[in-house]
Formats: sequence, structure tokens, C-alpha cells
Amino acid sequence: MKPAGKRSNAPIFWSLFGAGGMLAALIGPMLVFITGIAVPLGLVLPADAMSYPRMLAFAQHWIGKGFLFAVVALFLWHAGHRIYHSLHDIGIHAGMGARLACYGLAMLGTVLAAWWLLAIGF
Amino acid sequence: MADVAETRKFIEIEVLRYRPEQDSEPFLQIFEVPFTDDMSVLQGLQYIKDYLDGSLSFRWSCRMAICGSCGMMIDGKPRLSCKTFLRDFHPGRVRVEALAHFPIERDLVIVMDDFIDKLESIKPYIIAKEPRTLEQGEYLQTPAERDVYEQFSSCINCLLCYAACPQYGLNPEFVGPGIMALLHRYNVDSRDGGAAQRMDVVNAEEGVFNCTAVGYCSEVCPKHVDPANAVNQNKTLSAKDYFLRFVTPKGGAR
Repeated sequence: MKPAGKRSNAPIFWSLFGAGGMLAALIGPMLVFITGIAVPLGLVLPADAMSYPRMLAFAQHWIGKGFLFAVVALFLWHAGHRIYHSLHDIGIHAGMGARLACYGLAMLGTVLAAWWLLAIGF
Repeated sequence: MADVAETRKFIEIEVLRYRPEQDSEPFLQIFEVPFTDDMSVLQGLQYIKDYLDGSLSFRWSCRMAICGSCGMMIDGKPRLSCKTFLRDFHPGRVRVEALAHFPIERDLVIVMDDFIDKLESIKPYIIAKEPRTLEQGEYLQTPAERDVYEQFSSCINCLLCYAACPQYGLNPEFVGPGIMALLHRYNVDSRDGGAAQRMDVVNAEEGVFNCTAVGYCSEVCPKHVDPANAVNQNKTLSAKDYFLRFVTPKGGAR
């Protein structure tokens, strides 16, 4: 009988992955519709719904900031984790390189999103 | 009346052979086997062993999908050969191979030491929460308490879920679906108090997070156990324990 191995730190990444997946499932399609279809084609929403002043005001409000940060960061962690595991599935085994590339990019995106959201001011 | 010999049906069974003392690697051998509509693939193999080639090796016992011995890859899918019928492949040929993801001992017999080791590591028995003396009587349980674990207790250790799991195929260190279902069966039993010990297996690097939620394990299970569900529930339990272990009393894994 073999003893249980070292505790995995996967829960950190799995939780971020799960949160991002949940958020993507709940609002992803809606975001694609608004930003990619409705606003550019002038359907349903007013033409200036995503104009620069409106979006700036949105990003300057603390609720808007929180929303943008959650969407950008969690979507990135979700994607990073999914890609990391998919690389493993197709035979590129998860070494430090794959880990750094996938989670590193998500981390970078998270830091940049936080930085820019704070830089825009309140 | 039609001649019996004329109406007799034959099917080609293509069997993966490997006899370590004479074969350098496994190869496929085709046997032509007479069959009737009520014959299982296992019975086909038994016909081969009895009448065509006595050296063919395979595991079997009960012939009624309860012992879990006769798991094989049949036409590329993990199935119990006693529960799979030759008629479903006729007039085509049926290919029978050793279970995927395991080393081959001989022909269709696989080496299952890895599974047995893992099975021992999860202490697959009830570790009484509050030991009772004979005078105190039996450990009582309500039907609702039994419902929580009952489906997981149907596991017959046939290993089909291991042959189905792509993650076990890539990394045999992974504890795997069947063991997770059994571990969960004891952890959620109201009479059991051993969850904290077993959670070390769940939480380990070889543990539950190797699963990528493919779900094929539950699809191939001949006893309608849902190992993928046990794995998923334990991902949540393990994550909860990971983050809350410093604020909950010892044994917070439950």
C-alpha cells in the first residue's frame, strides 16, 4: 500500500477555472451579442451604447471596474487552465514551460487589467 | 426441414494474443466461431479455448455481470464480455483486446496491481465513527442516509472505467475513477468516520484534480455507478478543504 502523495495546489487554479467557466457560461454569449453584434449593427441597443464617454464612465465607476476586472481576469484563468490541460491531452506534457505560458499569461492579463482599471481613475 | 449445419451461424472473433515466453509483442489472431443468438462474447472466447486453441488466456467467473472479471476492449470499447453479445456484431467481425491502459500479463489478462494498491490506500471499509459494543447493537442507518452512497457501492472493480479514462491512460499515477467512486462510497456513509484519512488521497497531486471531466468512465460502467460524479463532488470537497483547512477544526474535509 502506498502512502498518499504531496498535497496538490490544483484547487487554486481549479477554483479560478471554475469561476471563469461559470461567468463565461452566464454572461459570455450576452457579451458577444452586445459587443460583437448588437452595437456594431445598431440592433436593439442605442447606437452610442458603447461610445467612448459611456464606456469610460462605466470603467470609472467601482461597479463597472469590478465587472470588467472579473470578466477579463476570470476568463483568462479559465482559458489558461483549459489550454494547459488540453496540451496534456494532445501529448504536450505539462512541464514548467506549459504551466508558465498558460498561467503566466493569465496572471499577466490579470495584473494589466487591474493596473489599467486603476489608472483610468474613479 | 432445413439442415442444421446450413443454418448454423459463424462469426469471426479477432483476439489480441500475447504469450510473453514466445511473442515479442502482442498480435491479432482471427478465429471462426459458430454461435447462437444467446451467446455472449465470453462464450465465444470459451468456445475458442475449448475447441480451437487451449492456450488462449482470459479472466472470467460469474458469467452474469457481477464478478467484474471479464472486462475487455470489445470493438475498441471497454465492456464486460459476459454482457456483450456476439449477435450484435454479426455478420461483421468482432475484435477483442486486453483492457486499455493496463500492462498485459498474457493474452486478455491484464496486470491489475496498480488498482489493488490504490484500493488498499483508500481503506475500502467502514471505519466506525463511534465504535459500538455488541450490547449496543448494530449501526443503524435511515433509507435517506443509505441513498447518499448506494449507487457508488455497486462498483464491482471491473476496471472498465480505467480503460475508458484518457487521463489514467496518460498518467497511471492518477488515482482514477473507480477508486474515487469507492472512496466516496465510504466517505459519505453516515456510519463512517474515516473521511479525513481518505481525503489525503483525494487532495494529493495524484488525486482528483487529474480529471478533466470527460465523463466516459460513467458511460462505460456496467453497474450504473457514476464515478465522474464522485470525482466532481470530491473536487469541490478538496477545494473547500484546501482553502478552509486553516479555519475549520481537524477533519474539516467532510
